[in-house]
Amino acid sequence: MALKSSACVFRLNSLRQAVRLLSTHTRPEVVQNGKTGDFPGAKAPFVNEIKFLNENSYDPIPIYRVLDNNGEVVDSREEPNIDNETLVKMYKTMVQMNQMDKILYESQRQGRISFYMTNYGEESIHLGSAAALAPQDLIFAQYRELGVLLYRGLTVTDLVNQCFGNCEDAGLGRQMPVHYMSKPHNIVTISSPLATQMPQAVGAAYAFKRMPNNDRCVICYFGEGAASEGDAHAAFNFAATLDCPVILLCRNNGYAISTPSREQYRGDGIAARGPALGINTLRVDGTDTLAVYNAVAKARELALKENKPVLIEAMSYRVGHHSTSDDSTAYRSVEEIENWNKDQNPIQKFKLYLERKGLWDVESDNAQQKEARNVVVKTMQEAEKKKLPHWREMLEDVYCEMPPRIQKQMKQMEDHLKKYGEHYPLNQHQSD
Amino acid sequence: MSGVITKNTILLTNLIKHVNKCSKRLSSHFNYYPDNEKPVNGETTKMNMMQAINNAMDITLKNDPTAVLFGEDVGFGGVFRCALGLQEKYGKDRVFNTPLCEQGIAGFGIGLATAGATAIAEIQFADYIFPAFDQIVNEAAKARYRSAGLFECGGLTIRAPCSAVGHGGLYHSQSPEAYFAHTPGLKVVVPRGPIAAKGLLLSCVRERDPCVFLEPKVLYRAAAEEVPVEDYTLPLGKAQVLREGDGATLIGWGTQIHVLLEVAQLAQDKLGLACDVIDLMSILPWDEETVCNSVKKTGRCLIAHEAPLTAGFGAELAATIQDECFLHLEAPVARVAGWDAPFPHVFEPFYLPTVWRCYHALTQLVDY
Repeated sequence: MALKSSACVFRLNSLRQAVRLLSTHTRPEVVQNGKTGDFPGAKAPFVNEIKFLNENSYDPIPIYRVLDNNGEVVDSREEPNIDNETLVKMYKTMVQMNQMDKILYESQRQGRISFYMTNYGEESIHLGSAAALAPQDLIFAQYRELGVLLYRGLTVTDLVNQCFGNCEDAGLGRQMPVHYMSKPHNIVTISSPLATQMPQAVGAAYAFKRMPNNDRCVICYFGEGAASEGDAHAAFNFAATLDCPVILLCRNNGYAISTPSREQYRGDGIAARGPALGINTLRVDGTDTLAVYNAVAKARELALKENKPVLIEAMSYRVGHHSTSDDSTAYRSVEEIENWNKDQNPIQKFKLYLERKGLWDVESDNAQQKEARNVVVKTMQEAEKKKLPHWREMLEDVYCEMPPRIQKQMKQMEDHLKKYGEHYPLNQHQSD
Repeated sequence: MSGVITKNTILLTNLIKHVNKCSKRLSSHFNYYPDNEKPVNGETTKMNMMQAINNAMDITLKNDPTAVLFGEDVGFGGVFRCALGLQEKYGKDRVFNTPLCEQGIAGFGIGLATAGATAIAEIQFADYIFPAFDQIVNEAAKARYRSAGLFECGGLTIRAPCSAVGHGGLYHSQSPEAYFAHTPGLKVVVPRGPIAAKGLLLSCVRERDPCVFLEPKVLYRAAAEEVPVEDYTLPLGKAQVLREGDGATLIGWGTQIHVLLEVAQLAQDKLGLACDVIDLMSILPWDEETVCNSVKKTGRCLIAHEAPLTAGFGAELAATIQDECFLHLEAPVARVAGWDAPFPHVFEPFYLPTVWRCYHALTQLVDY
């Protein structure tokens, strides 16, 4: 049977060939467009063998650094030209944020504030980037960027008031602690949902681009965990296709709460995604203040000159717990933390650099630490004494103008409090 | 010979008429009632809803240099042609395509508005607004509140075609207004036709709160009326009484308004019953005063919407009405809505709160 059918196929084939030979119709010669495919979706050379690409197909993206672990400049050509006053300001801000972290962390432990998140190990990312930006640049932060805010000019008082949610908090006590903002300092309100600020930053950058003589770029901070969100992908892709002057700065500190980066992604970190989406990309040592400074300064230049996004992945290690609701020794060893805290400590590295330049010494350091500590302690004592905002603030600012239904609810609450006020902590709040 | 041609032509014409009639039957569960009253005096032009929306966006782009219009396939005019000609007129940096990503579109729009621009974002179908739900609900709606008014994204308007279209099936027919109605900080608006669409869209664009503007897509071409050419707005948060009576109050929005207007006419003809017909227009915040005043007058109320019954926006209306009008009610508040099922393809005629389902409910309301 098989033989019979194959004979049949053979016969059919020879018939077809004969017809083709006899036919006057010649097959048109199809144009071979050389060795390059020119599809609308991609232009690339053809190959004749199957070769899957994966994370091992390329060398890992190198980590740019200026300082070594001893605070010595590796290549003098890369040393940024930052004036001494600014260098000292950057260091002092690191000390200040560190002291604030220590004291507010403790105060959460004592139940004086409800929640806190420290910034240990990421000081260089904050100060290096903040110093390289212009004050008019708009900042979209995630929540672990305290140094950026302090450098911009937010005072310890501003920040502590926010953590206490008292009547002097710019956000009127509506959000959890560490959800800072400042209109005059161009720092957009921090919100808890991760990565939502990323496409927003891109949109803001697009608006700036359209303004005549624009001299503002946008910087958006996010962690490597947040980069797994769909919004991160949206932001990368929108920034590239719509040519937006935005710096996307990823703080890759190795952990998203308990999840190590190995469980977050399998590619070459976040940086490798940049070129894939057509974004200028750089990976830097996030424990090296000067490297971060150089990277962001260059990125800013590129963003403003060419209206192009830049992705920077700053490698660091989250030395502290994720937040006050987290004990990180449940998922990583104390030795691992200590190792990073000792040898790669960003503050230490930057301090050594300043000492080498003769800008800093042990005495200045002791004095600065003490002063920074005192400021926080004093501010906290004052913040605690301040009243919380009037309860009516609970219903304000939902809309630009209060709709009748909310007015009605305000009245209901007012009537309720007249009758049952003693069951509420009214004395802690401002009153009429 | 010519006779044969004529005969064939007639046959062909009849065939086309038949097909048109069929498609009309499939796509139209309602008869369009044009607006009689004009919000402003002056020159008018006949426009369908697509043209009225195009006109509102044209006015916005002309008068507001920060205004931009973007979304999937907006550049060539949009799949429903609402942005037709605008890119040619205002340039590629003002009317442009985005990558195919709804959460990106919404987030990008929030960012534009945060930076002070006027952002008109288009989501291709309201059915596909859910990937942007987080950006709309957690971000846009709460931006002003969490910033104590210092940062906001009031310049953002999100337009999305919604509701039944005859054959849209699960993902081209949804009416998602109730999902957003549960979100303080948002304004949610649904127009019933060209005049309302132009006035309400211009209000949404200028409103200092983020707005979700849901456009019943079946009306884009089906609805045509004389629309004022000049710039005008209609107030948000205000309902309109389209027909007055003392027998019952019929409340709806979007396409359903035309169903209810027909029901009111039926009730008039068959029962001699005169009804108030209220177009809610603004779902959030909604016009409690107009609704409750009407129900207090009529004592009977029927709410109809295409979206499913359970936790549909009708539930909010019904609860408030019983709260505010308890002593005036002669019968329980009736709700006629889509069934609690996904929006089906071939069963659409059975799924919708049709004229006859509404009329049936109204007769029960009257007989109660």
